[in-house]
Amino acid sequence: MIVDFIDTLRRHLPLLAKLGLALLALLLLWDVLLLDKSYAHSAAEKLPGFWSMFGLGAALVIIVVAKIIGGMLQTDEDYYDK
Amino acid sequence: MISNIWLHPALILIIGACFVPFFRGALRVPFLLAVPLAAFGAVLSMGHGSFGVVPFADWQLVFGRVDGLSLIFAYIMSLMCIIGTLYALHVRDPYQHMAAWFYVAGSLGVIFAGDFLVLFLFWEVMAFASVFLVWFRGRAQSLATGYRYLLVHTAGGLALLAGIILHYHASGSLAFELLTVGEPTMATWLILIGFLLNAAAVPMHSWLPDAYGEASVVGAVFMCAFTTKTAVYALARGFAGLEILIYLGVIMAVVGVIYAILENDARRLLAYSIISQVGYMVAAVGIGTTIAINGASAHAFAHILYKGLLFMGVGSVLHMTGQSKFTALGGLYKKMPRTLIFTLVGCASIAAMPLFSGFVSKSMIIAAGFDAHLYGATFILLAASAGTFLYNGLKMPYLIWFGESRCSQETWDRAGDPPWHMQLAMGLGAFFCILVGVYYPYLYAMLPFPEAAAAFQPYKTYQLAESLQLLAFTALAFYFVRGLLKPKPTITLDLDWFYRKVGRAFLWLARKPLQGADAAVNNAYSTWGLNPLMTISRFWSWFDWHAIDGVVDGIARGVRGVGDQVRHMQAARLQVNIFYTVSIVAVLLILYLFSN
Repeated sequence: MIVDFIDTLRRHLPLLAKLGLALLALLLLWDVLLLDKSYAHSAAEKLPGFWSMFGLGAALVIIVVAKIIGGMLQTDEDYYDK
Repeated sequence: MISNIWLHPALILIIGACFVPFFRGALRVPFLLAVPLAAFGAVLSMGHGSFGVVPFADWQLVFGRVDGLSLIFAYIMSLMCIIGTLYALHVRDPYQHMAAWFYVAGSLGVIFAGDFLVLFLFWEVMAFASVFLVWFRGRAQSLATGYRYLLVHTAGGLALLAGIILHYHASGSLAFELLTVGEPTMATWLILIGFLLNAAAVPMHSWLPDAYGEASVVGAVFMCAFTTKTAVYALARGFAGLEILIYLGVIMAVVGVIYAILENDARRLLAYSIISQVGYMVAAVGIGTTIAINGASAHAFAHILYKGLLFMGVGSVLHMTGQSKFTALGGLYKKMPRTLIFTLVGCASIAAMPLFSGFVSKSMIIAAGFDAHLYGATFILLAASAGTFLYNGLKMPYLIWFGESRCSQETWDRAGDPPWHMQLAMGLGAFFCILVGVYYPYLYAMLPFPEAAAAFQPYKTYQLAESLQLLAFTALAFYFVRGLLKPKPTITLDLDWFYRKVGRAFLWLARKPLQGADAAVNNAYSTWGLNPLMTISRFWSWFDWHAIDGVVDGIARGVRGVGDQVRHMQAARLQVNIFYTVSIVAVLLILYLFSN
């Protein structure tokens, strides 16, 4: 049952991608148009779509930093056996 | 003298552990479940107060300090012991169960300890019992990993002991209370180092992925729950409000994320993720306000559940397929669908998705950070949160269950959902993750400051918008750059490099220059000294053989035979012998203390 469900989802990947993008757009619109920003902790959060950009930016920065550090420190799996 | 009728759950587990080898056949499973249930029952039946007060030499040892802070940790740890034991039912080897229970008993002993002496005793029980959970993996490298683990923890234990002795000399008291964090002394620093090593604080963290990546499937499920969270408890009790912990916690949160992103072994990924998550708790302890201590306790509670669940999920993959590396897995949803669903609940919880446990606990720590106007630290913790979702919510399930299959034919054929009891244990873990996320008063009522917790509302519109955007746009970033996260058969060097390579250098030094010098001396000796000696010795040998041996032969052979047997027993079962010795010493100590 679970497998069938996942298979169905995989067959409709393009549709899922569109739904995902629509969800992102809705979240962004919610933040820009409706959200009461009086609960924000800092001034920066009052920028439209702040948390969306923060999430995207944080994830990209983390991946880039990880890749740079990985370039310096990654080595063969049998490094300690040699 | 026990001041009241009060049963220490650690005592139940230790006595239970000693009887595990005797229960075989039909009684084995009921017994294995009954003991942790009894320990959990003992925790549930406790009221606040000081119990198990034992006069020992000049001191009053307190085995049972029961208050809000100790109770919530004891509750979740004894609950996790039930889930972990249920998961481990297939393990026939009684010693694994014994080691696991001794280990949990060590943790519970620390949690309830009212003074430093009792704390230290159980602290060491924890280290010595848990190393067996590494050794029982049974691979050649398990032995070396276990010794490294033991060495690091012994060093931490020594720092703690030295701190305790200095503290006792300075204050004249062994009571384990909040230490003066305003003006830390040498004693305070040493105790702090002992605690921080167990919390896997950077730079004393690399023992954790080393050991947890190598532990047995069941061993890792237990280990992920207890050592670090016991340390969080000890920090919350002794060092609440120590500012340096905020920075250390933030560094842990970030370092854990970066290493987890680079990791190719699923269990090592989860191990680095522990460092990251414990970072949130350590930072919260550093903030030290009531809401922050509530947050640290709540996050420890949630973390034990979802991390146990994640280790059970990935452990099931390892148990069934023999693989835990992303480069040898992939596309497994067809073969292990239930394990996937359970693991996804753990992923959603650790990623702090609304309606899952991590959300209601992490948001408390974030709120504490903002309330204390620590904007920099709190924003970094939130960024690390995006990273958590990236590696644990997206990368890990994607590389094991979805995407292309990198499985060998053998791996694919072996893959399948694990036995019923493992599924049931995962189901229980998943149930509690969702329960805490949905019906959060269940958790909040247990927090050390219940009034402050009752006033905290995690599901506010603004926080929901914040979390959902953070997670959704992290997923978007993953979609763009998922090619960069393709698994590679690599390891990432960590600070254990220093002790592993320095050890090697020492070995090389011993092998090459020293051995070379030794060989040169030997050569000279054999040419100039040995030949004449050999001639003389040949004569004595003849004399010995014909004259003396006739008399002594019988005795000599007898001694050699016994020596041989002892040697074999020690070499082959060294770990088991250590285990017996430590177990017996622990039991004797506890029986002695309680019989007084």
